Parts: sequence; structure tokens; C-alpha cells
Amino acid sequence: MDHPLTSLDWNLLLAVPAIPLAAYVLQIFLGKRLPGKGDWLPTAGMFVVMCITVRMLFVALGAAGHGPFFHESVREGGPVFGWFYQAAEKDPSLNLVAGILYDGLGAAMLAVVGVVSFFVHLFSIGYMKGDRRYHIFFANISLFTFAMLGLVLSDNLLFLFIFWELMGLMSYLLIGHFSHDPDSPRINQAAAACKKAFLTTRVGDTCLLFGMAMFYYHFQTFQFSEMWRLAAEEVARNGGDYPTWMTVAGLFVFGGTMGKSAQFPLHIWLPDAMEGPTPVSAMIHAATMVAAGVFLLGRTFPLLSPEVLQVVTVVGSVTALFAATIGCTVNDIKGVLAYSTISQLGFMVAAIGTAGGAVGTVGIGLVAGLFHMVTHAFFKACLFLSAGSVIHGCHHEQDMRKMGGLRKKMPLTFTAMLICTLAIAGTPLFSGFYSKDKIIASAWEVVLGHGGWIGPFALVCLALAAMLTTFYMFRLIFMTFFGKPKDQHIHDHAHESPAPMVVSLLALASLGLFGGKMWAMDGDVLGEHTWFESLVWHVDHETGETEQFLYPGLDLTKMNIASAAEARIHDPEHTAHIGHEAHTRALIVSLGVLLLGLLGAVMFYLVRKIDPARVTAKLGPVYTTIANKYYIDEMVDGSVIRGTMVLSRTQTWIDENIVDGLVILIGRTNKAFGFVCAWIDKNIVDGFVNLVAGVTQVCSSVVRMLQTGRIQQYVSFAVAGGILLAAFHILS
Amino acid sequence: MDSLLTLSESTILTWITFIPLIGMVAILCVPRQNMSLVKGIAGLATFIPLVLATMVYFGDFQIGANGYQLVQSTPWITAGKFQVNYTVGIDGLSLPLVWLTTLLMFIAVPASETVPRLSKAYYALLLMLGCGITGVFVSLDYFLFYVFWEVMLLPMYFLIGIWGGPKREYAAIKFFLYTLAGSVLMLIALIAMYLDQGTFSIPEMMAIGKAGAWTGPDLLGMSFTTWAFWFLFIAFAIKIPCFPFHTWLPDAHVQAPTPISVILAGILLKLGGYGLIRGCFPIVPDAFRENAYILGVLGVISIVYGAYVALGQTDFKRMVAYSSVSHMGFVLLGMAALTEWGMNGAALQMFNHGTSSAACFLIVGVIYDRAHHRDLNAFGGVAQVMPRYWALATFGFFASLGLPGLAGFVSEAMTLVGAFQSDDSRFQILVLISCLGVVLTGAYILWALQRVFLGPLNEKCKDFPDINGREIFSLAPLLFLCLVLGIFPFYLLDWMDTSVVELMSLLNPGS
Repeated sequence: MDHPLTSLDWNLLLAVPAIPLAAYVLQIFLGKRLPGKGDWLPTAGMFVVMCITVRMLFVALGAAGHGPFFHESVREGGPVFGWFYQAAEKDPSLNLVAGILYDGLGAAMLAVVGVVSFFVHLFSIGYMKGDRRYHIFFANISLFTFAMLGLVLSDNLLFLFIFWELMGLMSYLLIGHFSHDPDSPRINQAAAACKKAFLTTRVGDTCLLFGMAMFYYHFQTFQFSEMWRLAAEEVARNGGDYPTWMTVAGLFVFGGTMGKSAQFPLHIWLPDAMEGPTPVSAMIHAATMVAAGVFLLGRTFPLLSPEVLQVVTVVGSVTALFAATIGCTVNDIKGVLAYSTISQLGFMVAAIGTAGGAVGTVGIGLVAGLFHMVTHAFFKACLFLSAGSVIHGCHHEQDMRKMGGLRKKMPLTFTAMLICTLAIAGTPLFSGFYSKDKIIASAWEVVLGHGGWIGPFALVCLALAAMLTTFYMFRLIFMTFFGKPKDQHIHDHAHESPAPMVVSLLALASLGLFGGKMWAMDGDVLGEHTWFESLVWHVDHETGETEQFLYPGLDLTKMNIASAAEARIHDPEHTAHIGHEAHTRALIVSLGVLLLGLLGAVMFYLVRKIDPARVTAKLGPVYTTIANKYYIDEMVDGSVIRGTMVLSRTQTWIDENIVDGLVILIGRTNKAFGFVCAWIDKNIVDGFVNLVAGVTQVCSSVVRMLQTGRIQQYVSFAVAGGILLAAFHILS
Repeated sequence: MDSLLTLSESTILTWITFIPLIGMVAILCVPRQNMSLVKGIAGLATFIPLVLATMVYFGDFQIGANGYQLVQSTPWITAGKFQVNYTVGIDGLSLPLVWLTTLLMFIAVPASETVPRLSKAYYALLLMLGCGITGVFVSLDYFLFYVFWEVMLLPMYFLIGIWGGPKREYAAIKFFLYTLAGSVLMLIALIAMYLDQGTFSIPEMMAIGKAGAWTGPDLLGMSFTTWAFWFLFIAFAIKIPCFPFHTWLPDAHVQAPTPISVILAGILLKLGGYGLIRGCFPIVPDAFRENAYILGVLGVISIVYGAYVALGQTDFKRMVAYSSVSHMGFVLLGMAALTEWGMNGAALQMFNHGTSSAACFLIVGVIYDRAHHRDLNAFGGVAQVMPRYWALATFGFFASLGLPGLAGFVSEAMTLVGAFQSDDSRFQILVLISCLGVVLTGAYILWALQRVFLGPLNEKCKDFPDINGREIFSLAPLLFLCLVLGIFPFYLLDWMDTSVVELMSLLNPGS
């Protein structure tokens, strides 16, 4: 069969990262001199990228209908180049050959990045007007997009890592955007936040690098398709179990996800990251950066052993619930969204973890987690931009306690934000429902299929987190848009945002509504078949039979989804039953927690039947702990950072006083020895010489007395000598 | 000289080496007052070698060929049986370093503009230094190697001792004596080996080493080759510098004027690494293999310890100096692992550190020329008044930090992955520990950037002019190299690879 992608398609895919890169270069050198400081240039570039990615998504959707051939390794068709060596005869295991991997997951993610990023660019034209470094901002945000697009297209782990780190750099520059601005009141916080973001994620990145080294050691390749195949072989060779080293390496790879996707306890950078301009937050929290971690899990899923997946589940569940509780106490409008992002990322990660244990529908958790990444990108980008619009309208006030009653002042922003709040809460018909419902279903399948504590733990955490999500999101809506204005001055001056911003908001809001499932087209409101699933995973919800396109040629049920296969062989009817049961229960739970959360928010913040202050007073220390973010930042400061500084100071002291001290000691000893030698030389060696000379002198002065020069004396000496000799002879 | 090892003959290396010396003589003939002519001669005497070296790099040098190229060999000292040859030649390992030397020497001339008490003697000594360093890289005769090694020591002593900072005499003497101590060890080993096998030719000594034909006596329970190995290793380890022989470096760097720091970090340290792969490991490969793990440990200590100490510095230049200790630790780790990627990564790291650390020292020099101090805590918000400088400084420091897309990443990743593949599985733990150094590197660099550039503007910095054309002229080629080699590492790796494979076959008799 012909390859579904033509050479034109490949060139278009190459253009996708190339366009924002070119826009960056032009903008950084020429931006200041271009009309409008060049804001149109990257925006226009992103528009083209959006068009290409959406077109390619439709190509992919068309090809996906024919079966998994589309997802075969695309080395042969795509552009390829050798990175380390150009020499053709170089052993490929030592060289690094890079190409493009464009499969269902990549197609979906690429389109999401293209679309969200374009609207963020468009929004920024309105939002950033008048900024001191306006042109630099557009250059940087363009390169940020480039990094994410490159990451999605990479066909090997090392290139993914390169773009991954590049994104870290761009987040550093963008979060720190205001750290250059003398007029910004939070200049110091911005400077600290960008450093914190880079360093915290770098802890994760270094784990990932180590994990990569471990996999490379065993597989001799970084190419994803090869790694998947070799992992399958390794597992088969090991009798169906993952060898220990794969578990260890998998944990290190997951460390990378924990850093980038802000999983507990490496989440601490994300709330601070909102020090950056709001469009940057929208990028970081939605399509780029945090999504990269989840995307990595999608790319490396076959490499993760069931044990790793259990860790993934637990970490994700904890993160989801933990961040959701904090989200209920934050008063900064962007802060609420920041914690909601962490919580939603927890959902995605936990879902991918539960894929290992779900027995009814094979791989449902993996699909649900990745799908949630896609839908979340739409509605979270919209939520952040709406928050930006509110902040812009209220003249840079971010405290929700000073807002209220804005819905009449900013009707379009309100509409967009309400739609996306309903989406993130998982209301049926809205995009978030289709992904979140499946996450809960996956957790239910683990509960129904297994003993053990992980399933129930994940389910309880996720259900509670979902309830709190609804609660804090409606709390945000009610505090901001409903009720009486708290600060009349702000309210009087509030205004709807300019056109580019509002257009972006409404476009993203419509994706927040329809991005999960175009139910208006086919009336399939429960989302049995979504576009995303058709790209990556065919699930027959009647039988629970699945066919995956993500990892061509791999049978995951013989790998880390083995439990599902075992259960099925054991009792096929029972597993089918579990699939149905989980689905039904998930629907009930989803709707139940939605209503509960909504009810709570209404009681607290809309009709005000319950006074939040009384409840917080009752909760006492529990509330204080949550409101202070569980003191995680303080703990990290106290342990890791202080520990590092103590170590650093100790070693500096050692270096100056012991290592260098030893050198100086050797120097001084030698110098002292030199002085001793000099003394000895002067007083003893030379003294001996002088002594010899002195003795000679004394002797000579004695002898000199004899040398009088008088003949008579010499003659008398001679005579005396002669007498002595004669006496000697006579006597002997 | 074994003719089989010689691929092509040429006198071009001699020209590259000695043109700076001709320039030095010319400068000495120029009247003291005519400084512009002195600078002109210095510029020319460093520019011509750069052009020649570039021609060699892209022209005469054959990629993928074994052995030494562009060799010139002639008897030098003949006294009875004692025979020393003037033999110069290059392979893929020395060529990039020769080119880097000529580049940094050329950059050093305009960068010297702000050195206080500048005189023609400064330029004369600078050119002599260039001759000495290039000579070490091209020597294929160990005696010649040693002569050049000593030649470069002298000008460095005066350049630090006369044109340095307040504690320049202390730093210069410390540098001189420390290096001299190493040289003595090298000389002892050299003489012992000459007495053993009667040759100074490096290729011949390598052949002897490969055959295991050193016959010298054991001493104090250690074999002859082990003694030779440790003597040579310490001589070069001082130069790298690897823990615990590194303490001359921060003093020398802090006291040296900016262009001398650039040369010191950019190429002088590379002499240590280059010396190990040219004049130590392949000559006594058995002793090297026995002790490779210890070297790996020393490398990792340098990486982590250097990073910790860098984090604790308040002097900007001292911090960069300690970062050199940390980064050069990767060189040792990669070499000790005895894998192809590790060795390639180490050789690449030497070059990349040469560009990125040289750039970092130039960057520090820029702010020092304006503020006349280097206290990290006494800046703040400089990015607001010097936006172009901020952009270039960020570029340079991120290159040093090993950001993917820039040169340092390729070499560090190759080194770490290569070290992980070592036959000795204990190296896997070393890689894990050195990952800590990678994080710490990020910490001290970003912390320094924050303190100098970000946040509210320090009043004392508000009149700083932005980086000027001359400073950009010095900095731009280095940053450009960091970018190009980060994206296209094969511009070095293709050149080095054959020599690395050859080196590996000398070190691993089994392969």
C-alpha cells in the first residue's frame, strides 16, 4: 500500500518548526525596526503553521481510518540526517540519525500546539501592547513554540530531549520577562521565578538524561520505534516480565515527566511561573512545557514496567488531589488556574498509570490521559487568556477579592471563561467531559479488576479532585463575575478587551466546547468514539476489544498491560462486564462530583448560605496548612536549597583551607626549609669552611713567627736540627 | 620516525607555530612609543596562523585517514647515541586544538585593549605564549613537546605577574611553581623511558606501549609503567586541572588580565587533556587501564566538587574559574571510561569548553571594565542598561551550562552516555553522581545571572554603556562556534573520529 504521506506532506511537516524558527531569527534582529515592532511577523508565521498542522491532522484522520499502516516507522519516507557524524560508513549505533515521527499522537499534539499557539500570539498583540521589550517577547514566544513543535516531531529520544531543554530555556526567558522591567512591581519575584522554573525542571531533566543513558546502554538506539521493538523483545526474553533495570530506567524517565509536568514534589515551579506575562502562562500551562511531560509518557509507554506505572498512578493521584485542595484557597485569579493545571496534569499522569492495571478495556487509561492533555490544552489556554483579559480589563489587578460583578462589563470574556469552566469541570457535552470521564472509568476498572490499594486510592483521589475542581473553578467564576463589585474603583474602570484578544478567547472557547467531540455533528453525546481515539486506539466498547496504533507491531497486553490479557483469558465475560460496569460507574461518579462541587460553590460564593470565613475558622490549622501550599516551598528551601548552600560553603572552605592550604603548606614548608638551609649554609657549612680557614690562619700566624728573615736564627735552627738528628741516630 | 605513520609532509605546521615568534622579534625592534604598530604586528602575527590553520582544517587535512598528517621531521640534536628530532605533525585530535589556539590568540589581541600598563613587552610575551602552546599541540617528539611545554610557561608567568591584579605576584609564582612541579615529574618519566627504550618519538613510544615492551625495573612494589603513568598523569592533571591539583587555577584566573584568562581557560587547560591522550595513556596503556577507574573518580569529584565550590563564590571570575574545574572533569570521566563515545565526548568537550569558557571570561571582563570589581552581590539589574550585553552573556553562560542546541550539551551528553557504556559497571554510579553536577551547574550560573542582570537596577550600574563593537568582535566568533557546533557537531566529530578510533585501539589491545 502506498504511504499515506506524500513528499509535499513531509516538506510541510519540516516547515512546521522551521517557520517559527525563522520568525524568531528575523524578529530578534529586525523586530525593533519593523512596523508595529514586528508583532505581525511571528503571528503570521504561526497562522501558516496552524493551517499546516490542521491540514495534516485531517490527512492523518483520513489515513487512520484505513488501519495502522499510517503509524509505521516513517524513516523511509521522511527526511533524515545524521547528527553526530556525516561519514556514511559510521556505525549507526554510534551515530545519531534524526528524522520525523508523525503518528496519531503526534498529529493530534501538533495541531493542538499550532492552534493554541496561534491564538496566544494573536492575544498577545492586544495584551502586551506598550511593553518595554515587546519585540523580544514575540521573538521568544515564537521560539518557545518552535521547541514544542520540534519535540512533537522528534523520532528519537535524544532530539526530544534537546527540544525539551530548549523549552526550559525559553520558559526561563519568558517567565523572567518582567525581571528586566524597572516599572514592574514584581521584578524580583520574576527574577526568582524564572530561575526556580529552570532549576526545578532541570532536576527532572537530569533524571531523564540518566534514564536515557540506561536505555541507550541496553538498546544502542534512541529511536522510538526501535526502542519499542527492543523493549518488547527484552520483555519476551525475560518471560513476560520487565527486567529490573527497565524499572529503574523507567523511573528515571518518569522523573523527567515529574519535572516538566509539575508532578508532586517537583510542582513548585509552576505556580511561580505565573510571574511571566499571562500569554506565556497560557502557553506553559496548556500546549507547551507541561504537556511535554505527558507527551513523553505517551512516547515511552512501552518502556515503562508495571511497577513504574504503579508509581506513576500514585504520584499522579496525589498531585491531582493535593493541588486541587490548594486551588480552593488561592485568591489570585492566575494562582487558581496554576494549581488547577497541576491538578489536571495529575489526572493525565494518573490515567496513564492506571492503563497498566485496567482490565476491562485495554489501554483506556493511556488514551484517556493523552486525550485529556489535548482537551486540557484548549480550555486551559482559554481560561488563562480569559484571566489575562480580566486582569487587563481591571488594570493589572489579580486579586479576586477585589473583583466581582464583572460579567456585565466583560460579557465576552465571561462567556469564554464560563464555557471553559464547564469544560474543565467535566460537564457533559463539553470537551473535558470526554477525557475526564474515561480517566475515572480507567480508575474504576483497576478497582473492579484487582485487589490492592492502588486502584481505590487513585479512584478516591481523582474523584475528590474532580469535585474540588468544579468547586474552585466556580468559586473563581462567582467571585470574579458575579456578586457585587468589591472595589468600586476597579469596577468602574473595567472594560472589555480589544478585538484580537476577544477573538482568541472565543475561538479557544469554541474548541473548549467542541474540541473533545463534535457531538453536534453526529449526536453521539456520550463520546463512544472521539476523533482522538480514532487516531491512536480503536476501542470497541461493546466487547472491550482494542487495537492500538501508537506503537506499531507491539502487543502491549504481553507487556505492561499484561493484567488485562490475563484477566480476559481467565474469564472473558467477566472482563467485558467490568468494562461496562466501570463505564457506568464512572459516568455516575463524574456527574455526582460535578453536581456536588457546583452545589458547594453556589452555597459558598453565589447565594452565600455558608460563610467561607466560618468554615476556614473551623478547619483551623488544616486550612492554614493548605493555604500555605502545605509548606512545600518552605520545606524545599529548608532542606534542599539550604543543604546545597551548606555543602557549597563547606566545600569552599575545604578548598580554600585544606586543599589550597596543603599547597600553601608545602610552599611554606619548602620556604622554611630554604631558610633553615640558608642558616645552615651560612653558619655550619660556611662556618666549617671559615673554621678551616681560621685554623689555617692561626697555624700560619704561629708558623709566621718563625719566618723572621734573620740568617743567624735560621743557622741556629739548622744547627739545632743537626744536633737532634745526630742524637736520634746515636740513641737508635 | 616511522614512515608508515606519516601520511603527508608539509612545513605549514612549522609556519603556524613560529610566525608568532617572528612577530615577537619584529615587535622587539619597534620603538616603544609606536604602540599602534606594535598592535598591528601582533594582530598580523596572530591572524596569519589563524588563516593557515583554517586552510589546513578545510583543505590539506584528510578526514578519515589514519596516522599523522602534514609531518615535518628533521634531526635536531645529535650527540652520540642521543638523538632528538624536530618532528611536528597533526591528527584529528590535535588539529581542532591547534585551530582553537590560533583563534583565541587572534581574539586576545583586540581583547587586550583595556589591560592596564599595556606595553610592547606584553604583546611580545603574548606572541611567545602562542608559539609555545601551538608547539605543544603539533609536537610528535616528546623532547620537543617538553621544550615547548616549558617555553609557554615563562611568558605566562610574566603576563600574570606584571599585568595582573593586586595579588599578581602570588598568583604568578603559584602558577609557575605548580606547573614546574608537574614538568619535573614529566621530565623524570621522560628520561627514564628514554633510558629504557632509547627514543623520544611519540609514535614509537606508543608502539612500544601497545606491545607492552617497556622493560624498566619495578620500584617500591610498583611496576615501571605504573610509575611512569602516575608521573605523567600528575604532570597533566595539574594542567587540566583535576581535583586535588586545581588550586592554582582560581588564583591565576582572578589575577590574570581578561585576555590571559581567556587563553588560560581556553587552551592552556586543554594542554592537560591533550597531554593525557597524546603523551600519557597510549604510551603506558596497561597502567592506564588498571587505574582508569581512579581517574574516573577524580573526574567525577572534579565535576561535583567544582560545581559546589563555584556555587559558593562571590567573585564572578572565580566562579567561572571553578566552573572550568567542573567542566574539565567531564574530559577526565569520558577518557577514563574507555568507550568510543566517551573518548569522542571528552575530545569534543575540550574544544567546546575552550570556546564557552573563553566566552565566559570575556563576558566577565566586559562588566569588570565598567565596574572595576567583580563582586556578584554588588550588581543588579544590569540587563536594563545593557540589553545587548545581557543577550550575549545569557548565550555564553547557557552554552557553558550545556544547553542543548549549544556545543557543551553534545559533548557532555556523549561523555555521560559513553561513560555509562563502559565495561567497568562501576562507571554507571559515577555517571549518576556526575548528574548532580549537571544540576548544580545550572544553579550557580542562573544564580549569578540573576544577581548581576535581573531584578531592580543597582544605582552604581546605571551609567554603564552597553557592550561595544570591539568587545562584540572578540566575543562573537566564540559564541558563533558554540552555536554551530551545537547544531552541527560533525564539523568536529568527523575530523576527530578516525584518530579517536585509532587511539582506542592503542588503549584497548583487545579491540
